[in-house]
Amino acid sequence: MSADNIVLIVILGVLALFLLYLWMSYNRLVSLRQRVKESWSDIDVQLKRRASLVPNLVETVKGYAAHEREVFENVTKARAALMSAGSPQQAAQADNILSGALKTLFAVAEAYPQLKANENFKQLQSELFDLEAKIAYARQFYNTNVRDLNSSIQSFPAVLIARNFGFKEEVYFETEEAARADVTVKFTS
Amino acid sequence: MSQSSSHPSSLNIYTAIEANRRRTLILTASLVLFAGALVEVIGLALGLPAITAAIVAGIATVIALLVALGTYRSGDALVLSVSEAQATEREQYPDLYRTVENLCIGAGLPMPKIYVINDGAPNAFATGRDPKHASIAVTSGLIEKMSNLELEGVIGHELSHIGNHDTRLMLIIAVMVGWVAIVVDVFLRFTWYGAGARRRYQGRGENAGGAVLLLLAVVAAVIAPLVAWVIQMSISRQREYLADASSALLTRYPEGLASALEKIAGDKDPLDVSTKGTAHLWIAEPFKGQKSAFNALFDTHPPIQDRILRLRAMEA
Repeated sequence: MSADNIVLIVILGVLALFLLYLWMSYNRLVSLRQRVKESWSDIDVQLKRRASLVPNLVETVKGYAAHEREVFENVTKARAALMSAGSPQQAAQADNILSGALKTLFAVAEAYPQLKANENFKQLQSELFDLEAKIAYARQFYNTNVRDLNSSIQSFPAVLIARNFGFKEEVYFETEEAARADVTVKFTS
Repeated sequence: MSQSSSHPSSLNIYTAIEANRRRTLILTASLVLFAGALVEVIGLALGLPAITAAIVAGIATVIALLVALGTYRSGDALVLSVSEAQATEREQYPDLYRTVENLCIGAGLPMPKIYVINDGAPNAFATGRDPKHASIAVTSGLIEKMSNLELEGVIGHELSHIGNHDTRLMLIIAVMVGWVAIVVDVFLRFTWYGAGARRRYQGRGENAGGAVLLLLAVVAAVIAPLVAWVIQMSISRQREYLADASSALLTRYPEGLASALEKIAGDKDPLDVSTKGTAHLWIAEPFKGQKSAFNALFDTHPPIQDRILRLRAMEA
């Protein structure tokens, strides 16, 4: 075998490895992006469920405390903002405001014993609390996936592939509350 | 593997899934071959002609393979029924269902089936061949004795086993180890009877070769379960640490699981429904107060105090 042939084989081998790498990285980025999309729809489902309970709640509370108009307005406004939110960031912001408004509403409800004893109200209250927990968990899963995608896109040499094939970094679903320090977890095996 | 050592969480879980798939294959293959080889040795020791022994061993290998496939499909039902786990409805345990549901959302897993075991000892396990066919079983003691946050820690641990695909590997181990134990037990008896019979018919002089093989068979029969247990132990311990860490990451509250483990360790009730074959499935060692140095060799779980310390160290 001549030296030329060997050089040719080496070049072809390197080229093949490069293509293989390209292919694997591309697939990895696609699946990461897919995971972000799926987990966003998980959040979306929970946000919509929550928003759909709000009018019912407002009606129930109105029956007992009709003059607390400002509270109702805030809740309704926050709900409208949440429904029309375009980006994860806007949604997180609106969701945060809605949480605050609902908190005020439930605080106000404390002053109305009859309302507090209403079965429908109790049911709605516990469902809304549960949904708040679910949204928190869905957010956590979504943010993990966004973090995975973003850190893959930023790291070299995947950054070259990401740029050329139009992979973009995604936005975190983040509220002020979420900025609290992450638990640091060390993996040892 | 090259990316982002600063974000070990997800990377580790996907690496864990890959490693689990590999281990499952290797373990299944070696247990199947092991079963075949064992039968061959024992067959020879029984004085069968080499060809007959090989044929019998071949048949045994095929049977072991079928058992492995059966395990893969329906082992979870077997494990659940051995542990006397009862299927439940949401209405019976609304809080438990809510906890599982919320953590599933956080882990991005489908909702598993939930079983309850009527046993005062607080403990839990997960099983199933993949996340879509997964089940979680908790004892009634766990539901009664744990606070909400502690329960979350335990469920988080079990969901991590499901997410990491640990459950499939543990399932195969549970049923295969059980089978190896049964097979060895049966052959051990046959060997004694067989040896006795041969001695009676053949007289004494020509039996030296047979005695050596018999010895070999006995050694193999004794070693077999030991090997199986050592395999079981060594893969199980690392998984527990990883599942603890994943649970802490999921619940964002390592102290929940830490204090749950503390409660489980301090509980005096022994778990009645656990067997040697299923010991490694539970969140914590189910055999209490029956420990000897020999047992310690085959611990299915890392020392619980060590796990608690590691969890508490995460909070810093």
